[in-house]
Amino acid sequence: MATRIGVEVSIAVADAVKMCNVDVVAAYPITPQTHIVEHLAELVANGELDAEYIPVESEHSAMSACLGSAASGARTFTATSSQGLALMNEVLYVASGMRLPVIMAVANRALSAPLSIWCDHSDMMSVRDTGWIQIVTENGQQVVDNTIIAFRIAEDPRVLLPTMVHLDGFNLTHVIEPIIFPEQAEVDKFLPKNRFPLPLNPDRPVAMGDFAPPAIFMETKWAQEVNLRNSRKVILQVWDEFNKIFGRQYYPVEKYHSDGAKVLLMTMGSSGETASVAIDELRDEGMDVGQVRLRLWRPFPFEELREAIKDADVLIVMDRAISFGGPGGPVASEVKAALYNQAKRPKVVSFVISLGGRDTTVAGFKDIVRKGVEIAARGSKNEYEIYGVRE
Amino acid sequence: MAKSENELTWKDLEIGCIVTAPGSARQYESGTWRSQRPTYDFNKCIKCGLCALYCPEGCIGQNKDGNFEADLFYCKGCGVCARECWTRVIKMVEEVE
Repeated sequence: MATRIGVEVSIAVADAVKMCNVDVVAAYPITPQTHIVEHLAELVANGELDAEYIPVESEHSAMSACLGSAASGARTFTATSSQGLALMNEVLYVASGMRLPVIMAVANRALSAPLSIWCDHSDMMSVRDTGWIQIVTENGQQVVDNTIIAFRIAEDPRVLLPTMVHLDGFNLTHVIEPIIFPEQAEVDKFLPKNRFPLPLNPDRPVAMGDFAPPAIFMETKWAQEVNLRNSRKVILQVWDEFNKIFGRQYYPVEKYHSDGAKVLLMTMGSSGETASVAIDELRDEGMDVGQVRLRLWRPFPFEELREAIKDADVLIVMDRAISFGGPGGPVASEVKAALYNQAKRPKVVSFVISLGGRDTTVAGFKDIVRKGVEIAARGSKNEYEIYGVRE
Repeated sequence: MAKSENELTWKDLEIGCIVTAPGSARQYESGTWRSQRPTYDFNKCIKCGLCALYCPEGCIGQNKDGNFEADLFYCKGCGVCARECWTRVIKMVEEVE
């Protein structure tokens, strides 16, 4: 029987990685990711996890070590946050371009300056175009489940792409939640051995990440893009299969009282749970409102999004990052792009909220929904609204 | 690779463009970069081979007469050979179609 225990989410992530029988962990500690890699280091040092733990000198080196590890066919994990993710940036493109199934937990945190250790999504948005699969979680159980799921997706021979599992810093990493841990035997059944098709092997030498002349560079990039787009089907299949074994189902766009609702609030990440309480209260007050949550950021779930919002007149989109000088929040921007050519589409109202750990409370989300409906009705000259900034 | 790089479709490539056999760089016609081409007055050539030593592309070898000459499939037209040649055998001229 699977056991349900109260545990800090970071520790639970490390335990989930252990259950996946990872071969190599190369990581550099950074708040609020630290407890994940600390606990992994502990598990290796105690002999509870038979893996190489590489204590590198920076995140750039962490991801570089992960490349080598994944290229040799080893199951590979790392974790980072904020500035660490920014420092990794150039190597992230190499991982996806070389099609190496590295798994990374990203404890979402604001990017400096000014310095903030607290949560927002500016780090994850800065790596949006690096070619990684990006799964976004809302609570501890989802992080644990999707960490296990991420290995299965990334290492699937039809996918072979690096995958990030995003968990909001502090809001998830440092809270203690009741988490159901699966049985090891079931994880083993769900997650077959990693068999990278062309690993580094002295008996059969290959060269990776070589020079590609103009004659084949575009072909290479298109192959990568087709693969990332097609990974959606595999992700859906793996989520279904996970549900069959473990009894928890995930969708790229998750719905909460959204079918038929005229007003929809869209969230991504941990604030979705707070928003759900606001939705409950607004519905009790008689408002026709529902919620949609984005679970998959890359590949972007165009079809599922269009289906999920088809009944709505107003779609109010939450962002925890600013695209400076641009169209507003990155999520709202992409949602608008996904809907623009649709014959019937809701009015999209974009709000940037909760930067650098600013809380948006239940009352706040209720306020946002009311304001959003009002803005949709009267129109606004703003590309987006910023919520909670003192005038 | 059976096909030349100009014939490969995106479906033909190994995952991540991994190279599985040695020698693939040989297929790359770096000669297409050239805007100038070396020409030779072999009467002056003392066959010292200095041009071949300096050639950054490593594309200069001895022809059947023993004179040193660039393989234009690879020669990028940098002109280093012409600059280094003691006896002024090599003269760079504009590439014209």
